Amino acid sequence: MEEFVTLTIDGQEVKAKKGTTILQAAAQVGIDIPTLCFLKDINEVGDCRMCIVEVEGRRGFATSCIQTVEEGMIVHTHTPNVLEARHVILDLIISNHAKDCLTCTRSGNCELQALATKFNVLNIEFEGERTQHKVDDLSPSIVRDFNKCILCRRCVAACKKVQKIGAIDCINRGFESCISTVGDHSLNDVNCTFCGQCIQACPTGALHEKEMIDDVWVKLKDEDSYVIVQTAPAVRVALGEEFGMEIGTNVTGKMVTALKRLGFDKVFDTNTGADFTIMEEANEFIERFTKGGVLPMITSCSPGWVKYIEMNYPELLPHLSTCKSPHQMFGALLKTYYAKKENIDPKNIYVVSVMPCIAKKFERQRNEMQNDGLYDVDAVITTRELSRMIKQANIDFTKLEDTQFDAPMGEATGAGAIFGTTGGVMEAALRTAQDTLTGEDLEKIDFNAVRGGEGIKKANVNIAGNDIKVVAASGLANAQKILEEIKKGTADYQFVEIMACPGGCIMGGGQPIKSSKIRSKVDVRKLRAEALYDIDEKSTIRKSHQNPVIKKVYKEFLEKPGSHIAHELLHTHYIEREKYRI
Amino acid sequence: MKTLEEIQKIRKEKKEELELRVNTKLDTRQKHILVCNGTGCTSSKSPEILENFKRIIKEKNIENVRVIKTGCFGLCAKGPIVIIRPEDTFYAMVKPEDCEEIIETHIIKGEKVKRLLCKDIDGSIVNSLDELNFYKKQKRIALKNCGLINPEDIDEYIAFDGYLALEKVLKEMSSDEVINIIKESGLRGRGGAGFPTGQKWELTKKTKGEVKYVVCNADEGDPGAFMDRSILEGDPHSVIEAMIIAGFAIGASKGYIYVRAEYPIAVKRFDIALKQARNYGILGKNIFNSGFDFDIEIRLGAGAFVCGEETALLESIEGRRGQPRVKPPYPAQSGLWGKPTLINNVETYANIAQIILKGADWYSSIGTKTSKGTKVFALGGNVNNIGLVEVPMGTTLREIVYDIGGGIPNNREFKAAQTGGPSGGCIPKEHLDTPIDYESLKEIGSMMGSGGLIVMDDTKCMVALAKFYLEFTVDESCGKCTPCRIGTKRMLEILQKICDGNGTEHDIYKLEKLAINIKNASICGLGQSAPNPILSTLKYFREEYRQHVLEKECKSLECKAMSKIEINPEKCKGCGLCQRNCPVNAIEGEAREIRVINQDKCIKCGTCLTSCPFKAIGN
Repeated sequence: MEEFVTLTIDGQEVKAKKGTTILQAAAQVGIDIPTLCFLKDINEVGDCRMCIVEVEGRRGFATSCIQTVEEGMIVHTHTPNVLEARHVILDLIISNHAKDCLTCTRSGNCELQALATKFNVLNIEFEGERTQHKVDDLSPSIVRDFNKCILCRRCVAACKKVQKIGAIDCINRGFESCISTVGDHSLNDVNCTFCGQCIQACPTGALHEKEMIDDVWVKLKDEDSYVIVQTAPAVRVALGEEFGMEIGTNVTGKMVTALKRLGFDKVFDTNTGADFTIMEEANEFIERFTKGGVLPMITSCSPGWVKYIEMNYPELLPHLSTCKSPHQMFGALLKTYYAKKENIDPKNIYVVSVMPCIAKKFERQRNEMQNDGLYDVDAVITTRELSRMIKQANIDFTKLEDTQFDAPMGEATGAGAIFGTTGGVMEAALRTAQDTLTGEDLEKIDFNAVRGGEGIKKANVNIAGNDIKVVAASGLANAQKILEEIKKGTADYQFVEIMACPGGCIMGGGQPIKSSKIRSKVDVRKLRAEALYDIDEKSTIRKSHQNPVIKKVYKEFLEKPGSHIAHELLHTHYIEREKYRI
Repeated sequence: MKTLEEIQKIRKEKKEELELRVNTKLDTRQKHILVCNGTGCTSSKSPEILENFKRIIKEKNIENVRVIKTGCFGLCAKGPIVIIRPEDTFYAMVKPEDCEEIIETHIIKGEKVKRLLCKDIDGSIVNSLDELNFYKKQKRIALKNCGLINPEDIDEYIAFDGYLALEKVLKEMSSDEVINIIKESGLRGRGGAGFPTGQKWELTKKTKGEVKYVVCNADEGDPGAFMDRSILEGDPHSVIEAMIIAGFAIGASKGYIYVRAEYPIAVKRFDIALKQARNYGILGKNIFNSGFDFDIEIRLGAGAFVCGEETALLESIEGRRGQPRVKPPYPAQSGLWGKPTLINNVETYANIAQIILKGADWYSSIGTKTSKGTKVFALGGNVNNIGLVEVPMGTTLREIVYDIGGGIPNNREFKAAQTGGPSGGCIPKEHLDTPIDYESLKEIGSMMGSGGLIVMDDTKCMVALAKFYLEFTVDESCGKCTPCRIGTKRMLEILQKICDGNGTEHDIYKLEKLAINIKNASICGLGQSAPNPILSTLKYFREEYRQHVLEKECKSLECKAMSKIEINPEKCKGCGLCQRNCPVNAIEGEAREIRVINQDKCIKCGTCLTSCPFKAIGN
């Protein structure tokens, strides 16, 4: 039995579950209390003090984001005292902020800016010395500009609590406090995985991806370059959000039209790349499973995850599938098979990947990701960066007609689409593996046990008479749990899917950033995941090995999964990576 | 391991042996030379004095004389202090080379060494401790054993009824009875906030939980306050005994003491005390065969002021950055590692055994209506007797400053006293007769705090005083919440602007607005009380602020940008003393002529002010 308490907020009687915070209880009756450091389930610490309220009979203000309701409590959320205190606090925060909104990537989607507008902050009453920080832009993925940091510590919580990495934390004291790394080194030189969850958590422009937009524009202008763009599955169910569309809207057709308008020579689908990955990965799994290879085999599509295991569990690297991630495989094929077929000099091909991920920016430039001195992929831009390019080009996105991906590399399956969510890679691989092992075209293709938002999903599946234990984990804290089991020898799984970001690629570091208020109200992961499963369900082909493009390329070029040439182009190897290069 | 009977035997035998410490009339051939080895006297070579005495006694083969290392006597201004018992002779400012003479004259010849005898403020020679005004109005409960026993010898503690309260508790009392006595005694937290101790114990006891903790907050951080250090250095067992009793009362078997690492002597003595208590079976399993287990671990703080805030302290013990948690939940509900935790400060614990032994009525008969017992103050600033004093609650500030403290040096006027350190406020002249307790201090805009009491004479600038404390707070803010992290910095910037002579009336308005909002909105006690020095100086000395911003004038010499020293030509006799003393040759004028200060050269050091015999120089 759940216990309820009755309290009064701004004169309204509220019945709330015991343990509810004042903030939640107020939201229940539509009373909004401003917050800044609060991030539901992640950072509930009461640091910023914006959410203070008055509780009758209590000394000082109550912190509504953490303090819970009590029977008979009388709360006032906007007395003159509260309003003045909030205004002073906001003024103080802004007094130590860069205030360069005109040139800030988060302008328009900044929680601090929104509050300043809301509070009608027209001048800063308490101007004074500002802390000065050097911008850290040495990593290929993340830029840290702590001149915009408001010390809410949401990034710290995302890194330490959600991902259990702890690459960043608060250093120094008082006014000199700032978020930094071990020894104040660049993020590039410490144990950061570039998952980008910190960016997703940041309310301001203090953390953002390292943009490659300008590089892409240069190539689009260059007539000698043949610029091919590919888009990851998760991008199409989130991009619309940047144009005011509802969370989880599938905008594949509009996205393709926009990319064509931007001037890309070809617009292909990374889902096709995902189908190649399934061919190789399913084959690798069957090989390992039937020939006594290292098990469990763990997926390798998530570059943040790959960097994590390289840094933290190098002894377990043999468990990692040798498959490159879909966009890398696809890039490699574009510069070989496709170039030859279309008679284009691969040197002139410039492959741009639009990704929900910022670790892909790191992955792209790994030494292993080249063939004949050419990188498989030349630029990675995030979903957010693509939206910026579309806005730069003055394209009215919401009014665009739908168009199709270009032939011949544009056809993909439903299996490729669900790569974007946790459990999706596993499901796609199982579809192909069971057909391969039985030699049939089985109808049972939905593996519901690996769907859903839980951080760790375990399932027993029977494939061609074999009982296989599988597990899909998302979020690095969950990955750690699985790795510890493997290390201790208590893991009895044969196949493991791991994605670095909680919920998978749809919640990647490169996806549209949702404010704390939205994250409190809406399950963003669920809506985006549903959109992907919807694409899968509506696909005419839902198994990777049935994709005609796949069949054709294997027939004409790759021979068969796991062939010598497939290994050369589509597989990679890993290194034991130092956590700290300092 | 000792049985209870063995400990009782030690108590009886040792008590007889040490009677000469407390009975000045005792007819004995024994003598104890007590040498203060508190931090203050230690820094003026008292350990060397101790060794010298021991060496000389050995060399001269003197019998019946023992040299004892003790904790602080309190009158630190007179240190290093040596006291010879039973006759209670008080030698002040003793140097290592004086030992020979003390032994020769006092011990061998039986005459007092006159030149080393302590002198009172009026210059009169003090023959024994009791004669000193400094001690007359004091009542020592928490400091009872400080300066009396050797803190490194558990037997001496036991001799003066040490661990007798524990024996009583474990043998005769239930946990509820213990809590009731503490509740009835009216004891309140001596760390600053004054929360009723018994109530805290009761709350912690009532919170459900298999594992509970007892914590001693020994992270004394207020500038100028050192009573907790003195207790740990002078009487560590009193804290251990109280923590065990507290553990019994609330149902905990583990205690932590969080001491700042800058207190090496306290840490060392406490550690010795813990080992001795363990050896005697007073700490550990099945204490006094009662079935009750308890042990204590020391945790060292790294020197952050905020770690004296109880929840930041807990974070630090748990191994994290010392930052406060939002309350509620209070530590009694969810403390160390989320378990119900009782946190009291050192001085609070130091009262416990006495209350158990002498009863709640005895304790509550001391003090005022709402504040019972005594309070230890660290008396400092412009006062003659700098040191540690323990007075009954309700003693007036005037009694502390003038009777115990011996008044203000150089016969200057009392301007204000700051209590509660950077969290407290100033008390002006008109409140000198306020009886000091938790409520009255709060009423006049200050607070008890941990007991720092800084006296200021009329040469002090109150704006500069506020700035001094804000500098401290800005340094010590942990940076967690916005109002404290940025707000204190902004307040300091405004104060700096005012002290530099660039302030405006609007700055005073801004300062007050910031102060009020920071007080209301900060997470922890540090931020909530950081504006107090500003608010209380604004309350009592607003005119001084206005002078700074409107007339660009600071009557003291502290705000150098504004202060101006001038020679009154009508009073100047042309003696030239000021000219000779001026370190920068800023004073001009020929012999026997009226002197003039060259303002371009003057550095406002004030040397001329004090050197003028005719009071002709002013600012």
